[in-house]
Amino acid sequence: MSDTGIGARVLRKEDKRFITGKGQYTDDINLKDQTYAYFVRSPHAHATIKAINTAKAKKMPGVVDIFTSKEVEEDKIGGLICGWMIHSKDGSGMKAGPHPILASGKVRFVGDQVAVVIAETREQAKAAAQAVAVSYGVLPHNVDAGQAMKTKAQVHDVASDNRVYNWSIGDEAATDAAFRSAAHVTKLDLINNRLIPNAMETRAAIGSYDTGSEHYTLYTTSQNPHVARLVISAFHGLAPEHKLRVIAPDVGGGFGSKIFIYGEEVTCVWASKRIGGRPVKWTADRSEAFLSDAHGRDHVSHAELAMDASGKIVGLKVHTIASMGAYLSTFSSCVPTYLYATLLSGQYDIPNIYAEVDAVYTNTAPVDAYRGAGRPEATYLLERIVETAARELKIDPAEFRRRNFITQFPHQTPVIFCYDAGDYGAALDKALELSDYRNFASRKAASAKNGKLRGVGFSAYIEACGIAPSAAVGSLGAGVGLWESAEVRVNAVGTVEVLTGSHSHGQGHETTFAQLVSERLGVDINNVAIVHGDTDKVQMGMGTYGSRSGAVGMTAISKALDKIEAKAKRVAAAVMEASTDDIDFKDGTFTVKGTDKKMAFGEVALASYVGHKFNSSEIEIGLKETSFHDPSNFVFPAGVHICEVEVDTETGLTKIASYTAVDDFGTIINPMIVEGQVQGGVAQGIGQALLEGAHYDRDSGQLLTGSYMDYNMPKAANMPHIENFKLGFTFTKCPSNPLGMKGCGEAGAIAAPPAVINAITNALGVRDIAMPATPLTVWNAMQPMKRAAE
Amino acid sequence: MPAISMKVNGKAVSGNVENRTLLVDFIRTNLGLTGTHVGCDTSQCGACVVHIDGKAVKSCTTLAVACEGASVTTIEGIAKNGTLHPMQQAFHENHGLQCGFCTPGMIMASIDIVKRNGKKVSEEVIRRELSQNICRCTGYHNIVAAVQSAAEKM
Ligand code: FES
Ligand code: FES
Repeated sequence: MSDTGIGARVLRKEDKRFITGKGQYTDDINLKDQTYAYFVRSPHAHATIKAINTAKAKKMPGVVDIFTSKEVEEDKIGGLICGWMIHSKDGSGMKAGPHPILASGKVRFVGDQVAVVIAETREQAKAAAQAVAVSYGVLPHNVDAGQAMKTKAQVHDVASDNRVYNWSIGDEAATDAAFRSAAHVTKLDLINNRLIPNAMETRAAIGSYDTGSEHYTLYTTSQNPHVARLVISAFHGLAPEHKLRVIAPDVGGGFGSKIFIYGEEVTCVWASKRIGGRPVKWTADRSEAFLSDAHGRDHVSHAELAMDASGKIVGLKVHTIASMGAYLSTFSSCVPTYLYATLLSGQYDIPNIYAEVDAVYTNTAPVDAYRGAGRPEATYLLERIVETAARELKIDPAEFRRRNFITQFPHQTPVIFCYDAGDYGAALDKALELSDYRNFASRKAASAKNGKLRGVGFSAYIEACGIAPSAAVGSLGAGVGLWESAEVRVNAVGTVEVLTGSHSHGQGHETTFAQLVSERLGVDINNVAIVHGDTDKVQMGMGTYGSRSGAVGMTAISKALDKIEAKAKRVAAAVMEASTDDIDFKDGTFTVKGTDKKMAFGEVALASYVGHKFNSSEIEIGLKETSFHDPSNFVFPAGVHICEVEVDTETGLTKIASYTAVDDFGTIINPMIVEGQVQGGVAQGIGQALLEGAHYDRDSGQLLTGSYMDYNMPKAANMPHIENFKLGFTFTKCPSNPLGMKGCGEAGAIAAPPAVINAITNALGVRDIAMPATPLTVWNAMQPMKRAAE
Repeated sequence: MPAISMKVNGKAVSGNVENRTLLVDFIRTNLGLTGTHVGCDTSQCGACVVHIDGKAVKSCTTLAVACEGASVTTIEGIAKNGTLHPMQQAFHENHGLQCGFCTPGMIMASIDIVKRNGKKVSEEVIRRELSQNICRCTGYHNIVAAVQSAAEKM
């Protein structure tokens, strides 16, 4: 390993601009003559729009124009789409209601956008938005996933029982048979609490139309600008792709919420033409972000786990109601299906699994992928019921898991996936050792002396990342393939530019991708530039989500580098008058076997462009290669996390006493960055378990947790102290990509919630506790015990 | 519109603002210093922290007119002659940032924490005081490590 190659803890190249205040986020960009947009949003959870009167607002100072669905329809701007078709058990297609960029005829959740005001300043737009008079006919509403199929509040005409689909996976008859012959069945009802992603940069957009070239530009906070361009072009019908440039500059976190195409961004770029080409800028307030960003999770589930007399799992049955919110967001339909139920086998050899999912409309913000997307919900369900089963069977939870681990690979689960490699026992061993599980009893006794209840909880998770191959996802209903592209341009002076379809919004691609190039070509990482996030520079790409930039994005780069190396060898051979077969390339130097002839990489690069050192009719001039990589399988990172909590019996306050994460991510390019991903993911998982939860008021349909005063974000004081947060890695190489990488971005958010809740239920000696386990929830759970003790 | 003047990063600046203009808007819009960010509308995320007369303040909750005659320092003003402030350097060396959006506010708040609590500031105190700043990416682990390491060098 070189000191900047694969496996090195290289400090990040992108840091300088962020620590000096020179980052360029969308709201930092200002275009000449720009106007400001502000959206009029529905105050009702469900209502018809009877009339919109903009006359008074239009006369307010600075107002340029005001648009509603009327103008959208005039210009034939298409509605927002959901890009993954899910079929119900009965074969019928999912019931997708219309989703216009500005609400038409009806509003379906509090915050639904009804009109846009464009003015000279943001304050003027905001003031005029308040003067837009909308008269509503209020309709009955429902915000509760569990009630959606019973309520009278019908969100969309196409779905009479609010059911988007009733989907299933696995063999129901075989699973029922396994349950009939089981020695023990554990049952659990679980709610996976609704979360609000809360990237610290809110969504923002600047749309701009050039009346001369008839060309649109959209600056936006996107995790996948090319997909945005494709959708805006093909489905909204705004402009063909060659007339639309989408730029996602520095983006302040995404966590899934910036994958999707939203109405506001499309409105800005459309409206710019409507007002004669002046740019239209919109930056969401945090309150708007709470209301209108796609939320995550929101599952209501019933699960049953069957064991034989030896404690071997023989079957799993699951029914889940998944809220989709009021509209189907871009990828929402695949989250509680192919990203969820396909993971229900976890790390265990479970011969029979059957799961049924009802996706339902509710009068709430749309729900879509949020860090982990489906996999946290699957892991929470499975790891909670496995832990509960172990307790019921009085088997140590670590031992119970080990008894059921998959140990042979490849392993075909009953729910589609074929796990290619792993060593789950090794991760468990390492986690037990790092967490000093052996001495838990003495720590528990010490906590008890201080009046605290100590508990320990496990979580053995697996996730499927990369999200591919294209043919496989296509057969499951995906509208697009999930490959990635890369272009490597070597300049004449030997410096390198990598154009990638992946998008970095905190993941550190400018460093890790450069490490790969440095390793392969022997070029200093400071001579490598990573270009991303601009559809005029990078031709096409699928963006960053699902922990795919390493396994898929870097593999594309690696394949392009293979081609660069092959071409450079031909150039080197020609210049050194040798046969290409006799050229070796190592550490940035080309040598001719058996001679002392050599050329540095930079010399070969120069020769490639000088063009007269070889016969240009045999070897094309230049050194630039492209690759589109379509993976052959998902990748399967897995690990074991162990959490210890201390609960204050007086206040119900839970403290994370220690947290141990052992993960198998395959090959790691930069351990510093990977550890950062785990720490950040675990913080979000601890947030879900202890602090965060989106609440809509049942009666009014209002979002009660609409600001940081009501929605409890994890803070520094909620996390374990540095010495109590232990990370470890195990390694099995991923066989489906040449680098052996698996993906690390979501592991923490997936693994942590059940680890924390298992620890709290262990501390309290209760069967279940709801997330978030706030002090009040925990205190209430303790009262029966206290009364019993009195 | 009242005229205001103050020092920002050592330079005298002036401008006309509305009475209601927030300091953060004056800094970002009038002065074009976009390193100071806005992450919320309830004064809780700390993305907007700057120093006013040496003290950390949330610029989203400060009126520009209230800063008449003050000396304001933003993230753009803490490196001296091209040398990063020890806190900036420590965030870099400890991987205390991912997307970078919270980072300017984190750094400005952390400098103040160390100034008030000294070189030996405990992890407990750092964590408690950083509860005024929200980061969604890092889980705070490396931010706390960065503040501890900078404290020794400041
Ligand atoms: S912008 Fe959030 S505290 Fe100032
Ligand atoms: S680094 Fe992204 S919010 Fe802190």
